[in-house]
Amino acid sequence: MSILVFLEHHDGEIQKGSLGVLAKAASLGDAHAVIVGGGVGALAAEAGKYGAVKVHVADDASLDPPLPQPRVDVLAKLAGDYDAVFFANSVLAADVAAGLAARLDAGLNWDLVDVTGDFTGKRPALQDSVLVDVGWKSTPRLALFRAGSFDAAPTGGGEPETTQAAVELEEHSRAAKIVDQQLEEASGPSIEDADVIVAGGRGLGAPENFTLAEELARALGGAVGATRAVVDAGWYPYSAQIGQTGKTVSPKLYVALGISGAIQHKVGMQSSNVIVAINKDPNAPIFEFSDLGVVGDVHEVVPKLTELVKQRKS
Amino acid sequence: MKIAVCVKHVPEGPGRIDPGSKRLDRTGEGALNHFDANAVEEALRLKGDGEGEVVVVSLGPEKAADSLRKALAMGADRAVLVSDEAAAGSDLVATSKVLAGALARENADLVLFGQQASDADGAVLWAAVAERLRRPVVSQAAELTVSGDTVRVKRQTEYGYDVIEASLPAVVAVSDAINEPRYPSLKGIMGAKKKPFETLTVSDTGVAADEAGEAGSKTEVRALGAPPSRGESKKIEGDANAAQAIVDFLAEKRLV
Repeated sequence: MSILVFLEHHDGEIQKGSLGVLAKAASLGDAHAVIVGGGVGALAAEAGKYGAVKVHVADDASLDPPLPQPRVDVLAKLAGDYDAVFFANSVLAADVAAGLAARLDAGLNWDLVDVTGDFTGKRPALQDSVLVDVGWKSTPRLALFRAGSFDAAPTGGGEPETTQAAVELEEHSRAAKIVDQQLEEASGPSIEDADVIVAGGRGLGAPENFTLAEELARALGGAVGATRAVVDAGWYPYSAQIGQTGKTVSPKLYVALGISGAIQHKVGMQSSNVIVAINKDPNAPIFEFSDLGVVGDVHEVVPKLTELVKQRKS
Repeated sequence: MKIAVCVKHVPEGPGRIDPGSKRLDRTGEGALNHFDANAVEEALRLKGDGEGEVVVVSLGPEKAADSLRKALAMGADRAVLVSDEAAAGSDLVATSKVLAGALARENADLVLFGQQASDADGAVLWAAVAERLRRPVVSQAAELTVSGDTVRVKRQTEYGYDVIEASLPAVVAVSDAINEPRYPSLKGIMGAKKKPFETLTVSDTGVAADEAGEAGSKTEVRALGAPPSRGESKKIEGDANAAQAIVDFLAEKRLV
């Protein structure tokens, strides 16, 4: 079987989630990739390391702005040759996948956390209380995977074959343009790539108490995340926001400080390997999906914890 | 300016999937998808006291009329409900076809969506509808302004903000950070009963019956299962040595 994987990139690097989906596709069959943008030809070799045997490159200055519809135009000409087209979820990828579904009248299943070799998609639903097996009735099968569903582990593949993809944009695909970009780069390590995330919520009490999260993150070699509530309150930058309207993360360790665990936050971090929560409210929902829950005051527990971690590492 | 707002009637409460049909049970009480209230609010704000019309459009069971009436009570001018047994069980391909058919009849300058459906967690419909209407689409709009025949949107992304300009007619999905939806006033609720309310069948939208519902869908639900367990969960309460307990736990998991 043959699978095409849409590789999203930012700032000269392929997004980790896309590489995870590519590695998964390579484990199921012949994985090909498509990269769309301006000056992206050099990224094809990287795709080879994650299992792509062939990479379609649509390299054109008109494709540089991260807008979905020109990408639909490129993928629509390629998708018909494949059994499936896979996407790692993002603001951009979701719009590309759905636009492609309409253009080709092809079925799209979203929010998948896994897919089997016979193309059965696994999708948690109703706040993850049920796992639904979903399928497709025609090809190409379009699948949008929840962020962090697969490890972005190199597959040991070699140099892929590269081909130029046709770039012919529809009129409505040229009707939107990006006139300004305001990128908010985090000062520490990026939360999407971090193995450890220490996240803070309202329970920290005040913006200056984010130093508790920052010091623990530094001791653990991790990055700092935040809930929407504290980002909206101006305590921490949006680039650190985790949850429904922020980033979805899946680190090896997620430490939640003073976070109640509302569903909007949960969806952004529930696929973390190990979750440790510290909260003074014993009834906080976060304890229902933590591996270790500590009912206590973050201002007492966290400084001690940071000290103990530092001692252990030195 | 004419603005169409697509809204969804979603089940209230935690929801359940009917084991027979494997569809979301829509027989109980429902409400306006709260993310769509942001889209209705934004349409009302854009219209302001000026000329124009806000029409709310929904595809759903007869009960979806309740959610459309709520949007009318907030201040929308007119409602269109596509309600037809032939559309039950529609997936993205079928839903976008029927909705695009209903929207094509309206030919609005701007079509607005909320950022997701709270029942199916879908956050994709606008892009499929825009493709069928062959209009530009912008999602995750945190700010929206219209001047002349251009819509200007501040799009929230994983990396910050993009400011995007698109020519009208266009489709925009607003984020829930864009505004605080108003509550309908008593006067609004009374007035909503007198506003124009049109009910359409699938064929009224120009879509053949076999292109809607399960017949027109390209995806299917095959089985329902239990979610994977997170494994055993430990909880520590009232422990003065909690910090040490955390370090021991992390050491056991080889995380420190």
